Amino acid sequence: MPALAGKELRIVGFLCNWCSYGGADTAGVGRFSQPTDLRIIRVPCSGRINPLFVAKTLLSGADGVLVSGCHPRDCHYAEGNFYARRRLEVFKRFLPTMGIDPDRFEYTWVSASEGQRWQKVVTTFTEQIHKLGPAPRFGFAHEQNPATAAAC
Amino acid sequence: MKIGVFVCHCGSNIGGTVDAARVAEASREFPDVVFTSDTMYACSEPGQDGIIQAIKDNQLDGVVVSSCTPRMHEPTFRRTVERAGLNRFMFEMANIREHVSWIGKDKEANTNKAIELTGIAVEKLRRDQPLFAKQFDINKRVLVIGGGVAGIQAALDCADGDREVVLVERESTIGGKMAKLDKTFPTVDCSSCILGPKMVDVAQHPKIQLYAMAEVEEIGGYVGNYEVKIRRKAPYVNWDLCTGCGLCMEKCPSKKSTDRFNEQVGSTTAINIPFPQAIPKKAVIDPKFCIKLTKGKCGICAKICPTKAIVFDQREEIISESVGAIVAATGYDLFDISKYGEYGGGRLPDVITGLQYERLLSASGPTGGHVKRPSDGKEPKTIVFVQCVGSRDKSVDRPYCSGFCCMYTAKQAILTKDHIPDSSSYVFYMDIRSPGKMYDEFTRRAMEEYGTQYVRGRVSMIYPQGDKLMVRGADTLMGTQVEVEADLVVLAAGAEAAVGAPQLAEKLRISYDKYGFFMESHPKLRPVETNTAGVYLAGSCQGPKDIPASVAQGSAAAAKVLALFAKDKLENDPMISLVDMKRCVGCGKCVRVCPFGAIKEIDVRGEPKAEVIETVCQGCGLCTATCPQGAIQLSHFTDNQILAEVNALCQL
Repeated sequence: MPALAGKELRIVGFLCNWCSYGGADTAGVGRFSQPTDLRIIRVPCSGRINPLFVAKTLLSGADGVLVSGCHPRDCHYAEGNFYARRRLEVFKRFLPTMGIDPDRFEYTWVSASEGQRWQKVVTTFTEQIHKLGPAPRFGFAHEQNPATAAAC
Repeated sequence: MKIGVFVCHCGSNIGGTVDAARVAEASREFPDVVFTSDTMYACSEPGQDGIIQAIKDNQLDGVVVSSCTPRMHEPTFRRTVERAGLNRFMFEMANIREHVSWIGKDKEANTNKAIELTGIAVEKLRRDQPLFAKQFDINKRVLVIGGGVAGIQAALDCADGDREVVLVERESTIGGKMAKLDKTFPTVDCSSCILGPKMVDVAQHPKIQLYAMAEVEEIGGYVGNYEVKIRRKAPYVNWDLCTGCGLCMEKCPSKKSTDRFNEQVGSTTAINIPFPQAIPKKAVIDPKFCIKLTKGKCGICAKICPTKAIVFDQREEIISESVGAIVAATGYDLFDISKYGEYGGGRLPDVITGLQYERLLSASGPTGGHVKRPSDGKEPKTIVFVQCVGSRDKSVDRPYCSGFCCMYTAKQAILTKDHIPDSSSYVFYMDIRSPGKMYDEFTRRAMEEYGTQYVRGRVSMIYPQGDKLMVRGADTLMGTQVEVEADLVVLAAGAEAAVGAPQLAEKLRISYDKYGFFMESHPKLRPVETNTAGVYLAGSCQGPKDIPASVAQGSAAAAKVLALFAKDKLENDPMISLVDMKRCVGCGKCVRVCPFGAIKEIDVRGEPKAEVIETVCQGCGLCTATCPQGAIQLSHFTDNQILAEVNALCQL
């Protein structure tokens, strides 16, 4: 499924079900208009997110990845977002080593009541990604090797 | 696998900006999809019947519904597929309303996005497994936090439903803000006369265990089995012995203690019973003012107490309670009026809050019900009420309406005329908000029968002149400046979240908004539930509310608790972690990371392995992200499922 040619870039969001997913819902209910690039994958907790998911997403051709969970101390599962914060902070520092611009990845905290904040987060991040442009494609050419393309 | 995709128009909610028919058509291209259709309202009865029929006609193994947020209708559709004979977890939802149609108007982009979101739902569903719930025991006791009118109502209703109630109150008496009021609108009922009997019921109810001067310290566990630690502060009085006779209050020489109950209008003794109808009616020593506790001398109360109840070396204690459900009813606090420097609140003694004025009006208040100015004790003749002090004002970060101030200001204007017939009252207001049974009629009475002068406009400043206060403001209806020479100014201070509310929300693991009010599960349809199972809300902790709404919510929360307790066993959510024994290397990382103690180490033929206690696991997936072997997987959110979603989005 290609991103809408010329208009959109491929941005993937991993959102905690209890806070940020709800915040995105609240933004929708409030009709806070947002760029259409972002595709949201719902997870139970930001602590569920293995940083390798983000790496995999970026290496598979996404132009940006956004992770959002509950504000620290306000985790539905008591402490999941503390783990997320540590993992993602360390992970962010490794991105340049992998040849990925760290600005293509962001993690943030949005509660279920913060619809307006969510609108701002999405808009700012999408603008940031559009400024960076499409991510450079990594070595393996899909058209030459359909097996690799299917596996990624 | 045979998958059916149903795309909802939701009237024009989705259909207006997403081409639902095209989404349905495009979904046919996804792997394993054998049936697609677009439907006007998937959640309606014909919509659900259509899904059931399609499952039967096409022998579907799983269903994707592309419609609103799963936080809204996932349970609805899970029941639908279950009625058609499928396991309720063979179902996925794509959110194409809140996340697509409502946030953009570009139909082309929206339709494309909706197709993609449907696509990732299909990929996830292809890797779903049927899941089955386990049953576990439920502790049928309830904790009510906060003993204001909402908490009292919730506690009494639960207790009348034959359930044991633990009621925790931060102050030394229950009653909350309502106990401080003189009268209530719009009936001008005496507040303590209608609340008092309820407070007595709480004290006497055999099913209610009341902890006053106590706060919730720690909450562990989950719905049906919460473990709560309660910190009980030291009153320095053995309450089992104290009879509430009040002799100590008469003799206490430290008479300048902060009078919290009377909103610091006047002062009280270091050992005191807050007010005559206090429940429990027990004496409490304020250690900041007690001469014995600060200087080591005195001890008059200990000598005079007929039951020898005074214990100067009493320490606070931690009490553990096990409950199955929790009702948060922590109420509100008042906006700090000193933040409006131009009004002189906190600086000028005769500029007071509405709640302080209630204490001046109350017959059990510090002035015995005679309205006297705090500065010189004179009876005020001209009284100015200023509304919206700390509500509907972005400049002090309080853009919301506190709701009940218009009404209590009208009530206070009426009562002022009753107390001082030759007085005149002015009310500066922005708008009069009086929706409610007999409410608007009541504000009209204040104007028409009681001659209160309502001035539409804001007050710009209040300054002292002689022994008067000059109130300068605008009359926007007349288009003029107004100056009123007042004897007393009453500021209708707005309501804000109770002190410590965010910290309590964090202990309860519920959401709160930026002002500290707790967030309900759904603003319209689940107003007293939270997103944490077994935690309910009542009263102003969820947002400013008047007494009838608080009482209604107290009863509503109790009804939810009683419905939960009507079952003997609860079913767990089967979206929990499971260990693949072959892959587990017994490193124990998951055991250490689990916030619920739901994973234990077991011995399998001499090798350590992890095992999930199924009814304790809450399904956060922290262990899954931690396991170096990928051996422990959160059902329904496995690594393979999430990566399949990623792949679906990134296949270029």
